[in-house]
Amino acid sequence: MEELAIEHKIISKSILATDGKIRIIKLELLAPIIAKNYLPGQFVILMVTQNGERIPLTIVDTDTTRGTITIIFQEIGYTTKLLGNLSPQQNIYHLLGPLGKPTEIKNFGKVIIIGGGVGAAEIYPVAKSLKSVGNKIITILGARTKNLVLLEPELRKVSDEVYVTTDDGSYGEKGVVTDVLKKLLTQNEQPNLVYAVGPIVMMRAVAEVTKPFGIQTIVSLNTIMVDGTGMCGSCRVTIEGKIKLVCCDGPEFDAHKVDWEELIKRNNIYISQEKEILEWYKL
Amino acid sequence: MKKPLIQPKEISVEQRIYNFDEVVCGYTEEQALEEASRCIQCKNPKCISGCPVGIDIKKFIWYITQKDYPSAYYTISEKNNFPSICGRVCPAEYQCRKTCVFTPKDRNVAEENAINIPLLERFVGDYARKHNLALNLTEKIKTNPKLINTKVAVIGSGPAGLCVAGELARLGVKVDIYEALHLLGGVLIYGIPPFRLPRDVLYYEINLLKNYNVTFYTGVSVGKTLPFRELQKQYNSIFIGTGAGAPTWLNIEGESLCNIYSANEYLTRVNLMHSDKFPEFHTPINVGKNVTVIGGGNTAMDAARVALRMQKIKGINGKVTILYRRTQEEMPARKVEIDHAKQEGVEFKFLVQPVKFSGDTRGYVKSVLCLQCTLGEPDSSGRRRPVPIKGSEFEIETDLVIIAIGLKANQILLSTLPELKTTQDGDIIVNPETMETSIPNVYAGGDVVGGEGTVIEAMGMGKKAAQSIVQKLTIG
Repeated sequence: MEELAIEHKIISKSILATDGKIRIIKLELLAPIIAKNYLPGQFVILMVTQNGERIPLTIVDTDTTRGTITIIFQEIGYTTKLLGNLSPQQNIYHLLGPLGKPTEIKNFGKVIIIGGGVGAAEIYPVAKSLKSVGNKIITILGARTKNLVLLEPELRKVSDEVYVTTDDGSYGEKGVVTDVLKKLLTQNEQPNLVYAVGPIVMMRAVAEVTKPFGIQTIVSLNTIMVDGTGMCGSCRVTIEGKIKLVCCDGPEFDAHKVDWEELIKRNNIYISQEKEILEWYKL
Repeated sequence: MKKPLIQPKEISVEQRIYNFDEVVCGYTEEQALEEASRCIQCKNPKCISGCPVGIDIKKFIWYITQKDYPSAYYTISEKNNFPSICGRVCPAEYQCRKTCVFTPKDRNVAEENAINIPLLERFVGDYARKHNLALNLTEKIKTNPKLINTKVAVIGSGPAGLCVAGELARLGVKVDIYEALHLLGGVLIYGIPPFRLPRDVLYYEINLLKNYNVTFYTGVSVGKTLPFRELQKQYNSIFIGTGAGAPTWLNIEGESLCNIYSANEYLTRVNLMHSDKFPEFHTPINVGKNVTVIGGGNTAMDAARVALRMQKIKGINGKVTILYRRTQEEMPARKVEIDHAKQEGVEFKFLVQPVKFSGDTRGYVKSVLCLQCTLGEPDSSGRRRPVPIKGSEFEIETDLVIIAIGLKANQILLSTLPELKTTQDGDIIVNPETMETSIPNVYAGGDVVGGEGTVIEAMGMGKKAAQSIVQKLTIG
């Protein structure tokens, strides 16, 4: 069990995309056991330092030979900025995973996969796995602007078709992912599954588009967590009127059953503290 | 005439509500000697039968009267590796103090005058810590040659797991403990606030296990990080002590409004993540001005007292109110904790049942609708059942709610083990004689078996499991 006692060292780091003050960072972390037992759709909880906050991040890729996992994140709050400031060879204090239920990987037939913002990175392992079992993969990638379009070449390799949208029209089609989705649903043969990861408002919009068509739609939710093992209920969401925990029952849920209003409100609960800590540390 | 109980000193309310320092002070040597001298050294002491781990209470108290504190410590250590922890958190009034000869036989709770065994145990434990007596202890240990080269995995580093590890390791078994969180102790660290169990005490007694060659792996959620099968291949036996770490909800309207926390979440944010020191520590928490805690157990008292301290620390002039469906008499919380909460200014509303939460436009809780109750016939727990009065609805304004109505067994590991027999509530079913589960060589104890119990009950189960494991490993 010596592999369990290793420090979680940063093996490599790259700035995947940048636009103005926004940075999207890719880190490869030493975590052989997590890499070995990981399945697509799962996430880790990490603490950057001993004083750190526990935050969930989706595992984007693994390399079992190198014993590493890859995470991709946008520097938004204090913890992600702290994480983004680390250099290769530095350790993070704590890493727990792989957590959450894995994605159901089977041949659905035709699947539309939608990634918005950093969600584009999170759909990659799912697209890859769904492709490998024979699905037809249509990928819709959304970003604010050209510089922030993520993993397009990688996603092209595992997709049959790729559409890119940018809010400002600097690349691909001008607009949002649901514009393309609407077109695809009305013009073409309908998919058997829609899978979406991105900002909550985007996932809600996807759910609204697919609902009238009765298309099965899965979303991977990102909520505020503490332990990540079903202990605290911080990450609870209401699914068809019932309390579910994103850490253990999720992170994936039927998009048509999620109480989106509540989720959006709950995810904003610490907005003032986020500001306070950034000012405190002058980050 | 019997001498009265020696009362420990307590930090004054004005002083203690602004920090998380320990409230109850330990005995001084003089106090310990005086309290120990009240013990009449019964020929046939009943106190020992009241201790879930069977500490020779009579003997260790006698050693105190002789001022031979090391021998008192070694006596306790024969049965319990954690005297400073247990001396602080044991609800002794339902255990050894209840069976003390000073408590009349028909009582269900100890007489006030019963010997204060936990404070004496704490005195000895604290003395041992100050004088590092545990080092001598490791030299005294006789390992069992038959147990060399045996390996046991313990899942969960709470009271049950720590007890199993200590018991086995000192006999020479190689023990590895797997803990999902970044710090050890389970409920002792995320649940019990530092004002009841200071962290230096906790860490000290946990770290002593390293002297016995126990290895701790943090950040490992068995069933997720590595499959249970993997452990079965590598270890002779496995002990599951994953606790009752899953919150219970009221299942009423509005329960997921912002600023409604489970007690587990609120306590974890402060006790484990140090939200009280935000932003030096990075985990945020919200501090209500008008906090409502729902429940009547020790967790509710802890949550209320933590919430109150958060208000004081943040300079908020607010209040904390506990809502309970029955009356104080039926409250499962320890009397001493109810008293502490009351002294500190926590308000209590009895015979109140929440039925609905309402929120403001931003989604934050603003009130809880309640029904007034009366007490009916006793239910299965033996306590009188709360009966809501029709049409008695009334609204209580609140801006932060903590739900502390109980915990269930955590299923994160259990859900990966379909062959493991559990009750309808998800507790593991064991053979009560051996603590062995339906999977051979897999044992379980603590709250994952018994539901929400006490630290020492968990340790008692751990001890029993350790004995069965040893028996099986030595006899085969």
